[in-house]
Amino acid sequence: MTTKRHEQVGLTDAQVLDMYYYMLLARKIDERQWLLNRAGKVPFVISCQGQEAAQVGAAFALETDKDFLCPYYRDLGLVLVFGQTARDCMLSAFAKAEDPNSGGRQMPGHFGGKKYNILTGSSPVTTQVPHAVGMALAGKMQNKDFVVYTSFGEGSSNQGDFHEGANFAGVHKLPVIFFCENNKYAISVPLKKQLACESVADRALGYGFPGVSVDGNDPIEVYRVMKEAVDRARRGEGATLIEAVMYRLVPHSSDDDDRVYRTREEVEEAKKKDPLIVFAAYLREIGLLDENTEADMLARVQLEVDEATEYAENAPYPTPESTLTHVYGN
Amino acid sequence: MAVISFIDAITMAMREEMRRDPNVFILGEDVGVRGGVFRATNGLIDEFGEERVIDTPLAESAIVGVGIGAAAYGMRPIAEIQFADFIMPAVNQIVSEAAKMRYRSNNDWNCPLTIRAPFGGGVHGALYHSQSVEAMFTNIPGLKVVAPSTPYDAKGLLKAAIRDEDPVLFFEHKRCYRLIKGEVPEHDYVLPIGKADVKREGTDITVISYGLALHFCLQAAEKLAQEGISAHVLDLRTLYPLDKEAIAEAASKTGKVLIVHEDNKEGGVGGEVAAIVAEHCLFDLDAPIKRLCGPDVPAMPYSPPMEKFFMLNPDKVLEAMRELANF
Repeated sequence: MTTKRHEQVGLTDAQVLDMYYYMLLARKIDERQWLLNRAGKVPFVISCQGQEAAQVGAAFALETDKDFLCPYYRDLGLVLVFGQTARDCMLSAFAKAEDPNSGGRQMPGHFGGKKYNILTGSSPVTTQVPHAVGMALAGKMQNKDFVVYTSFGEGSSNQGDFHEGANFAGVHKLPVIFFCENNKYAISVPLKKQLACESVADRALGYGFPGVSVDGNDPIEVYRVMKEAVDRARRGEGATLIEAVMYRLVPHSSDDDDRVYRTREEVEEAKKKDPLIVFAAYLREIGLLDENTEADMLARVQLEVDEATEYAENAPYPTPESTLTHVYGN
Repeated sequence: MAVISFIDAITMAMREEMRRDPNVFILGEDVGVRGGVFRATNGLIDEFGEERVIDTPLAESAIVGVGIGAAAYGMRPIAEIQFADFIMPAVNQIVSEAAKMRYRSNNDWNCPLTIRAPFGGGVHGALYHSQSVEAMFTNIPGLKVVAPSTPYDAKGLLKAAIRDEDPVLFFEHKRCYRLIKGEVPEHDYVLPIGKADVKREGTDITVISYGLALHFCLQAAEKLAQEGISAHVLDLRTLYPLDKEAIAEAASKTGKVLIVHEDNKEGGVGGEVAAIVAEHCLFDLDAPIKRLCGPDVPAMPYSPPMEKFFMLNPDKVLEAMRELANF
């Protein structure tokens, strides 16, 4: 019998099946948004494809009712585990009034929502990193034991805000997880033109906390290193930098054409390691997934995405005049 | 009522707010044992400890960005930028983040952060310790920009800033710190952000100013009174959003408007004040709107004659006021 790797890291059968469900849901929402974009129904898509394993694996190591997220624009898998629904995502894609992230004010991928413990985010990259540090500082001052998770791409790890935030967290030993989703490209610029060091994780040395590099296509491994980091943080031992290495399977956004900067062969090669395929294979191998259960799960996800799409498409837009509201609170 | 300096009023406001609300804390460079390079946080670490008076790493974007995160969670941070000149690395955090958090989240999140920054020259600070950078922040809806001129206003407005549900950029003219003294009640009071204040009643000309320059205007008005010319002096106090009603009212009162600020003229706050006057009460005017400002050069030079040339003073203001009165 094949070893159940997930049991060795403390995950139950039900949990890994749940993980797969969230990965699949993220993928199917994402794919639907591309279709809607190409059909001219939504103006913009920014994708999570290829990064679902890392996002979901990381999210499972956190406590969704206690910990906080300062995510970045690709983190669909992460925010789904924290309670956002397919409907929420579609409302955001269609820029409808009910969009919980921003009431249709922001582009999709700008996640936020107090009820989900997700801080509102913006488009200039990496600005969320110091915010995560500030939230962790607030938690420490108020004797709370929550952990703050912030994510960003490898390109963003060059930003001053990454360095300034990580250094601050290091000095003050704050419970922050710096989670780099290294998908090998910052829009068109490959890793070798972004970093001179071997791995983003190496950068942790400069901040006085551990840096770990992990296979981002493997949600179990990501969960394992995340769990260690979360436990450390909760014990008051400070921050961790985790680099999850994966591949962005689609162009940067719906407005990008990745054919000009990477070969089809390279993308096809990466697709063989598509985390959904690899993880499904593992679940089949250990007997947790068979044709029937897989078909059931797919049907359930498709239904969710269909219903969400229909609901969001028919939902009302914000009123034009609401453009003027919520500049100040008083 | 005790007469205290501008900087002591700032310290008093922070101390009172920290005693009142355990969520108020200070973060910045040298704010702890040093008590700030200007001594604005003097003694606060002794009373509140290093957990609430935090010496941060030397990194302005983190000072503001960490403040934003803490504020969003529910704290009331006061972030100190050592000199307004050094605020530039934090502009992205102020403009893209703090100012937009409420709007972009459709009122779900907000950012009750106060950012204090000493600005202005006349202290031999040269290019990078003398700048007036307020105009860079006075077209950012979501942000409030305050620049008091008196100790009384400084205390009341800083307390209001700390209690405000939105981010407030609080500029303190560093030359005012020890030069300007005034009566300040020891009891708790707040002054409304967004309201200008008539600092001197007059009938012949209207002078609109803020910060250190406001005091030059008051001194010049005193001299001008001896010549039989009565000047009405309005202190803007809040630079964004501007108190449009008070500006229009003050302008209409005399029909002659002089706007005075140390910041350079083109693109400065005075341009917006002039536009408000033109929009709301052009036909009440008896003379073209006049502006007396710092010269349009990159910043204030170090060499004393150059610094003196750049800086406003009561004589320069007096001359401009007299000229306008005689129009």
